[in-house]
Amino acid sequence: MDYSIKIGGEAGQGIQTIGETLARVFARSGYHVFSHQDYESRIRGGHNFYQIRFSDRPVTASKDRIDILVALDRESIGLHEHELAPSGRIIYDSSALKQKHDKPSFLDVPFTDLALKHGGDRIMANTVATGAVLGMLGMDLSILLALLEETFRKKGDKVVSANREAAMAGRDFAAKGCTGCSFPVNASTEQPKMLIAGAEAIALGSLASGCRFYAAYPMTPSTGIMNYLAGKEKEYGIVVEQAEDEIAAINMALGASFAGVRAMTGTSGGGFALMTEGLALAGMTETPIVIGLGQRPGPATGFPTRTEQGELQFVLSAGHGEFPRVVFAPGTPRQAFHAVNKAFELAEKYQVPAFILFDTYLADSQWTCKGFDLSGIKNTDYRLRGEAFQKLPGYKRHAFTESGVSPLGVPGDARHLVITDSDEHDEDGHIVEDAATRVKMVEKRLLKKLPLIKQEISPPSLYGDHDADIMIAGWGSTYGVMREAVDELSKSYAVAMLHFSELFPFPSTGQFDYLALLEKAALSICVEHNATGQFARLMRAETGYEFTSHIRKYDGRPFTVEGLTGELNAHLRRL
Amino acid sequence: MLTSEDYRGQVPAWCPGCGNFPILKAFKDAMVELGIEPHQVTMVSGIGQASKLPHYTKCNAFNGLHGRTLPVATGLRLANHEMLTIAVAGDGDCYGEGGNHLLHAMRRNINVKLFVHDNQIYGLTKGQASPTTGEGTVTKNMPFGVLSEQLNPLALAVALDCGFAARSFAGDVTHLKGIMKEAVRHKGFALVDILQPCVTFNKTNTYDWYKQRVYPLEPEYDPENRAAAFTRALEWGDRIPIGVLYRNRRLPYEDRVPVIAGRPLLRQNDVDLSRIATTIKEFF
Repeated sequence: MDYSIKIGGEAGQGIQTIGETLARVFARSGYHVFSHQDYESRIRGGHNFYQIRFSDRPVTASKDRIDILVALDRESIGLHEHELAPSGRIIYDSSALKQKHDKPSFLDVPFTDLALKHGGDRIMANTVATGAVLGMLGMDLSILLALLEETFRKKGDKVVSANREAAMAGRDFAAKGCTGCSFPVNASTEQPKMLIAGAEAIALGSLASGCRFYAAYPMTPSTGIMNYLAGKEKEYGIVVEQAEDEIAAINMALGASFAGVRAMTGTSGGGFALMTEGLALAGMTETPIVIGLGQRPGPATGFPTRTEQGELQFVLSAGHGEFPRVVFAPGTPRQAFHAVNKAFELAEKYQVPAFILFDTYLADSQWTCKGFDLSGIKNTDYRLRGEAFQKLPGYKRHAFTESGVSPLGVPGDARHLVITDSDEHDEDGHIVEDAATRVKMVEKRLLKKLPLIKQEISPPSLYGDHDADIMIAGWGSTYGVMREAVDELSKSYAVAMLHFSELFPFPSTGQFDYLALLEKAALSICVEHNATGQFARLMRAETGYEFTSHIRKYDGRPFTVEGLTGELNAHLRRL
Repeated sequence: MLTSEDYRGQVPAWCPGCGNFPILKAFKDAMVELGIEPHQVTMVSGIGQASKLPHYTKCNAFNGLHGRTLPVATGLRLANHEMLTIAVAGDGDCYGEGGNHLLHAMRRNINVKLFVHDNQIYGLTKGQASPTTGEGTVTKNMPFGVLSEQLNPLALAVALDCGFAARSFAGDVTHLKGIMKEAVRHKGFALVDILQPCVTFNKTNTYDWYKQRVYPLEPEYDPENRAAAFTRALEWGDRIPIGVLYRNRRLPYEDRVPVIAGRPLLRQNDVDLSRIATTIKEFF
């Protein structure tokens, strides 16, 4: 059992409401769910879709082939009818679309009429559609009905019961009308699952890491982090500040971090371009900061709502001058949650900027899991506070130490003064011009810390055949689709994937000799969502290893299982 | 007892006779008279001769980037609103590079004291026009003179309903110290535009030039009358008013952020993972 449902229509029609509700119902039913979204940079109109896949086995990417298309406009039919599986169905409302389809693959459900008749308001057409999809699948409505009650409880009993009526009307109509429909759904034996998108997981990770200050300027695909955190301000004691621009956002976060709290900012490439000056300031003043960088296709405004992995080389070299940084590129919401925690820990431990490099695809994709394991979450206070700070006989913010890490005092907690400067400075933090101090500071700030940070970096994860002829490598959000491609290809080949979720400092081979695996393979294919192979370049620069083949996608759309498997097969046929 | 010796810092690298010296003296005296100890104040500065001031006194200091003093100060205040936070910047730094931040700091009314050393010229980069340089002034890189109108920071402040907007003069340390103290006591954002001669690069706006023009606002002047303040803010030329031109009683930003109503963010640094476990349940 493995079904894909696509809800297509114009922005503002409620595609997301239907999609999120269905995804939640499937997750609560205990199924594995994966969803992704495709939308345009506009508030109303255009063509958008929400695609959900659910199964009784793990699913980690979207498929091209769909089983049910919920068409809220005519364009959705024109664009997606060809994606329909042989047994697939399109449900639509002929009165709303002013178009009637007689093919057996079409099921005309009067969403609006049923909403008016059973719910009393056309606004419930989406609830009818949601019920209708579950009706086609022959699923029980109890979970949906409970969900509707949770959603509409605040609006009163009348709204709740009207929505329930609408859902049941949709279900009844579709169950009866979908003659010849065959969508057998195995009853799930599993517990309800957690359903979470990448952006939410990043935000949750920052809360779990004790982040107290988040400053940002809205920009897709990072805005979801700010929105989520803003909803938790009072509960968690976190200040979310919408800055006047990204320059202010990163500088505010640095000010808060200097004052003694864990601070984060988030943006996309264009906003990050403005932040690079502040990034160098973090490097020079050794002020801890976590930066969420959500990639989207550039250059400039590019494709504002679409996806790409085009900023790896940018993030590695951003900021003037030389200073250490840490770059994480999680592949799943769960990885993102833990990466944020590790980013905060390393940022504070080494007083460096740490990045969560994600993209639109990961930000918006929802995944299911059993839950997040909190046992590995660390919250080490690396700052000198209160009595411990007062007791020190003397204090120098940028003192030379064996590790290069100087004591990070909280200003005002002691009589000691905490001084830092964007100019080259001495141990006290005062401006200097002399060469000897400069050399010692560079050694302290950069050369001593880098190897220590490198030791903290985890190697890539290996999935598939441990003695593979074919190695597929990637980083960040392609984790899920690569994994499914490996599952497909392993039916015919000895294949495995290496996924890098910690990119810089580049992982050493000490713990896991991934280079030996790559070198042994007959074919190594680097999969990236960019045009120039930025990760392949990093790999070559850091290790000298060159992938034998590349798959590069730069149309702004994510890989699908069939899409990536097809491209991999094309390479394999040349073997 | 606290004395100005407690505020003695590094030896200044300013030009002899620089208008920054009396500003530094006024600052130290103001702090001493207010009974504030060096560790109780954080100065945030940008880039320029003015921004070196924190090094020449004693305080916590974040000497950041050109134009970016106010965002750093804002973040600092939101994290610890018990820390007196003074931003020090020059006219190029604050009115040029950091102009956008100034607008929004005024809008927020964040409780930061902004002391602008306004010498109407760029000193550190050797004599270019700043936003407050007089129209027509010829510089090395502007052979046809400054073509843009001179920025009026006080009029801007009144227009934006800035919590506290004052002007003082480096040549009158007593007046400046008094204004600094008033700015510190004010609850909300405070702009103090300090007229300051640049003895090396500004041969027009000299000590004498200012002395002939500045006059203190009359005692009956009402700084809470916004319309009158705007009229007075426009006065520039033969006579230049100094003093508190405008002030209002808007609540500081920090008082309107519910999260920090009880205690500073800095004191809320405990992490309760059981709460995270509860939040995770919302995703089921």
